[in-house]
Amino acid sequence: MIITVAGNKKEVKDGLTVAELIVQENVETPLYVTVSLNDEFVENGAFESTTLKDGDTVEFLYFMGGGC
Amino acid sequence: MITLPKAEYQKILEHAEKNLPEEACGLIAGRIEGADKHIEKVYLLTNIDHSNEHFSLDPREQLLAIKDMRQNGLAPLGNWHSHPESPSRPSEEDKRLAYDSKASYLILSLQDRAKPVLNSFHIEGVDATNEGLVIE
Repeated sequence: MIITVAGNKKEVKDGLTVAELIVQENVETPLYVTVSLNDEFVENGAFESTTLKDGDTVEFLYFMGGGC
Repeated sequence: MITLPKAEYQKILEHAEKNLPEEACGLIAGRIEGADKHIEKVYLLTNIDHSNEHFSLDPREQLLAIKDMRQNGLAPLGNWHSHPESPSRPSEEDKRLAYDSKASYLILSLQDRAKPVLNSFHIEGVDATNEGLVIE
């Protein structure tokens, strides 16, 4: 199936989960990443149970914060 | 070296002053030419911590900004935030939460309201290097 990850179309295996995609995409800080799937945020606890479908659009947002 | 157009600097300054006493924050995007970065657009985001000591970018606004960068052919270059009451240097928390060593981290100090100071840092682990920001 074809999905769009960070603006790039990619062919991935059917039934790929968000958790598997995070590994496949070599996300450097998976504990601090927010995932949006078709413009809706996926709860961190649901990465393994969220299965991607053909035509899905995924964005990885890296936590950005700090102090003073 | 990293450059920032004066008009974009003014956007940062005005947003930071408007949000006092809280820290203000946002993203920066532009072009990379060799070792140089050229900021072309500054994004003003909401500090969802609403604190004068911490900041976290609003992820929904972050998503919109990333889409805008892509549509305009801009590369994400890093982020910026203000220090309402402390100098323009990365705090220990800033360093600990700087997960992207390729990013530039701009810090605007409003400690002296009459003399704002903006610097850009490369942060890798506990080491922070001033990147020599040029406002032009």
